[in-house]
Amino acid sequence: MNLDATLIAPELYQLLVVLGLFVQTLAPAPKDHKPVAWIGAAALVGVLVSLVSLGGGATMFYGSYRVDGISQFFKLAVSIGFFIAAVNAVRQPTLRPRHGPDYFLFLALSAWGLMLLASSVELITAFIALEISSYSLFAIVPLRARSKGAAEAGIKYILFGAAATAVSLYGFSYILASQHTTYIAELATKSWSFAAEPLAALGLVLFLAGFFYKLALFPFHFWCPDVYDGASNETAAFVATLPKLGAVVILVRLAALLEPGLEITTALAALGALSMTFGNLAALAQRDIKRILGYSSVAHAGYITLGLVTGTAEGLAAAAFYSLAYILMNLTCFWVVCRLADDGRNLSLDDLNGLYKRAPGLALILLVAAFALVGLPPTAGFTGKLFLLSGAWAHGYNWLVIVAAVNTAISIYYYLNMVRHAYTFEAEGRTSPAVGAGSVAFGGLLAAAVLLLGAMPAPVFDMALEAGRWLLP
Amino acid sequence: MTEVGYPVLSSIIFFPLLAALVLLFVRHDGAARFITLCASVVEIMLAIPLLMHFVPSDVGFQFVEQYQWVPSLGLSYYLGVDGISYLMVLLTILILPLCVLCSWTYVKQRAKEFHICLLLMTTACIGVFLALDFVLFYIFWEAMLVPMYLMIAVWGGPRRRYASIKFFLYTLAGSTLLLVAMVAFFQSQGTFSIPELMQGEYSFRFQFWAFLAMALAFAIKVPMFPFHTWLPAAHVEAPSAGSVVLASVLIKMGAYGFLRFCMTLTPMGMDYFTPLFIALSVAGILYGGIICLGQTDVKKLIAYSSVAHMGFCTLGIFMFNLRGIEGALMIMLNHGLVTGALFMMIGAIYERSHSREIEDNQGMGKFLPAFMGFFGLFALSSLGFPGLNSFVGEALVLIGAFTSDWVIGLIVIPGAMLGAAYMLRLTQRMTYAPIGQEPSPKGKGWRDLSPREVTYLLPLAVLTIYIGLAPGFALRIIDPAIENLLAGYKQKSQPAGYLAEEGEREVPTVVEAALSRVEKVF
Repeated sequence: MNLDATLIAPELYQLLVVLGLFVQTLAPAPKDHKPVAWIGAAALVGVLVSLVSLGGGATMFYGSYRVDGISQFFKLAVSIGFFIAAVNAVRQPTLRPRHGPDYFLFLALSAWGLMLLASSVELITAFIALEISSYSLFAIVPLRARSKGAAEAGIKYILFGAAATAVSLYGFSYILASQHTTYIAELATKSWSFAAEPLAALGLVLFLAGFFYKLALFPFHFWCPDVYDGASNETAAFVATLPKLGAVVILVRLAALLEPGLEITTALAALGALSMTFGNLAALAQRDIKRILGYSSVAHAGYITLGLVTGTAEGLAAAAFYSLAYILMNLTCFWVVCRLADDGRNLSLDDLNGLYKRAPGLALILLVAAFALVGLPPTAGFTGKLFLLSGAWAHGYNWLVIVAAVNTAISIYYYLNMVRHAYTFEAEGRTSPAVGAGSVAFGGLLAAAVLLLGAMPAPVFDMALEAGRWLLP
Repeated sequence: MTEVGYPVLSSIIFFPLLAALVLLFVRHDGAARFITLCASVVEIMLAIPLLMHFVPSDVGFQFVEQYQWVPSLGLSYYLGVDGISYLMVLLTILILPLCVLCSWTYVKQRAKEFHICLLLMTTACIGVFLALDFVLFYIFWEAMLVPMYLMIAVWGGPRRRYASIKFFLYTLAGSTLLLVAMVAFFQSQGTFSIPELMQGEYSFRFQFWAFLAMALAFAIKVPMFPFHTWLPAAHVEAPSAGSVVLASVLIKMGAYGFLRFCMTLTPMGMDYFTPLFIALSVAGILYGGIICLGQTDVKKLIAYSSVAHMGFCTLGIFMFNLRGIEGALMIMLNHGLVTGALFMMIGAIYERSHSREIEDNQGMGKFLPAFMGFFGLFALSSLGFPGLNSFVGEALVLIGAFTSDWVIGLIVIPGAMLGAAYMLRLTQRMTYAPIGQEPSPKGKGWRDLSPREVTYLLPLAVLTIYIGLAPGFALRIIDPAIENLLAGYKQKSQPAGYLAEEGEREVPTVVEAALSRVEKVF
């Protein structure tokens, strides 16, 4: 066993943050409403640490843990996501001060689990990492003060999560029984066709179900809108973005097993198509913004499968790039939602009315985020979608590309609806939200990042591509 | 790089964007107007090298700029201009200061944001005409939707919400399939560079689908009948400058797309669908004309007349002869000048009467002689009066149609006459009021054209007359490019045997081709 601490600096640093928060939970609760003001700065340092540790490569812990391009890329994405989510949640109005450190402890723990997941190349390790990231979220989803909806959301999240875990573990037992190994590298050399290894193929489907649950891919999505709805805005912002990254990274790793043409791959493509269509159609009917974003995330999970089923480095890079773009634009959208709901309530579309008069800065940020989620150039959403579509076209998935394009057309309506309410409806007595210049500036930075990643995708995409080539030569 | 030593094309694309960024920091609306006007004048000066150094006889792309963008995906930042795009770029640049002037008092609230939208539109529109990379083209193509949407949705008329969302949904839904076509081309040739894609060989099956996917986007943008329903709504609700940009530049992109992409990349597919598109063009011409006859709203009338004019434009393109395409390009330019001017004038009269109904504005010749003088000139041009610019385009398209198939020519002639009918009726009622009725009484208190209004109408009037009398200068610029385009098309559209399998190799006329295809279906 070789252990080089510099290689695993991001997760070590994150663990340090977790420990710091743990120590603070033991201290008496402070009186003010900003209990853990230092978390933003700490998370920013985390981003820098991840940035510095890019490019390392090693296999450690008896081959179960690998530091490579893809893992470092995702760790960077997780740390960026954690930084934004942490800054977003610092002034959470529905959180009682004494819960503050615990809340951030769980967020940080979940992010840590996701970082471990990024490097897991062995199924049990991946499973444990997934559970670390999930259990912490089970604890914070119901942490909304005195709300029945939150309790319901919490129960739903835990029950369905537990069921998904069980199914996943059951599938894992099949894989182990028929392929006699848990290392992804070895599994990649085995046959996964249903005809040759029916038990293994079935096991893999069940194992993947656990990750599809995290990704909220149809038909494992039913928890998603309800949980977003019930959880506080800030928690929803986290739950809607980072766990998706974890699911994507493990699916990218397992994509080595998913050769185009295999039954599993075709099934995944079909699920992707259903997920896009179902998510978009369901979102059309919603009025609550978090529910809209919930169903839209079901649709986005479908888009990401476009990259996973291609079986090429370009496809995997596209999926990785798109998931980074997705967390960025979704967090930008949630940033506006959280700033507007200054008392922590759920926002409906009508709450956006006249936003361009009440808070022009936030309206502009929302516009950028919504058009990025549609996939309109020159945003990151467009570039990501372009990479996904061009990755999927060449490998027999032309139909999937067309389904994705048609779905983009469907999705325009509900994203545009947010912009429409913000820009064309009158405010009618709604007060201007109390937003500081700092909040608008940070949101503006996020929006600028969404635009920049769209206009100049080359550095990030090349990084993802290199990582993809590492996995699939 | 370029003939003049610095990136001319990039500078004219991105200068308006830069000006828009500057506007972000401006507080007063008046200053925003003034800065935008100055920026638009600077923009014209930036385009001077284009006027000085463009070589019409050179059929290739000029002022080419190419830089790596995402090398791993074959994406590059690639710009160039040729005879097909040259006049449209100049038109876009010319329209900008006129739009600023015509919204000077029209846009009263949030003028800063309005001008930012206007500048962003300009950047996107010029970018569309200059992009030589498919993805870059698509980015500009889609990017202009957002400022246009906001212009209609925020500064539009009473039904602006409906009009803006209809505009957005229609055009974006159409272009998502363009994205699919783009990906298909990339997978076929491994590049997004348009000149390189033009060299590629594509099977008939590929061209069939690629053409359909692209043509839907372009047909919606033109807009061709029956995809035109977004246009009248958008035109009527948009503020004057929005209508002007929409009419002058935005809808020309559809026709440009047919010429730039369909003719060069999918000639066989285009050839196969020619009868259908000719039928749609003719339907658009006749339908637009008939609907115009029944309009009582001046702006709606002009909007529907655009459907008819653009029908002529697409008809010219699908004739596939020199005169037809010359005519189409001339209509793109002339419709931009004349309809743009008409929309500005409607804006000017709306500022006075607060109504766009013909009834409320009738008999204005008595009170606003200068205004009606300009209006009459543009209306005459719009109906295709010889000696004015629109005549040139329509005449060329008709010549093209008769050259290709006299039946089509005959069918279209009533369309041209309908144009005369509705435009003359409009002009007559606006100027003199119907017999037995009095001019609108409110007109007494209205001022005739202000110097500002003359300033933005005069250049358009001069060009209207100049191009009408001496179209040669424009034709000299576009002819070599069209000949080159046609030569390539003729060579690639009918390689031996693409229709042979259907037993219809020798197809004498478009009408017969259409009939034989219909027979096959039944």
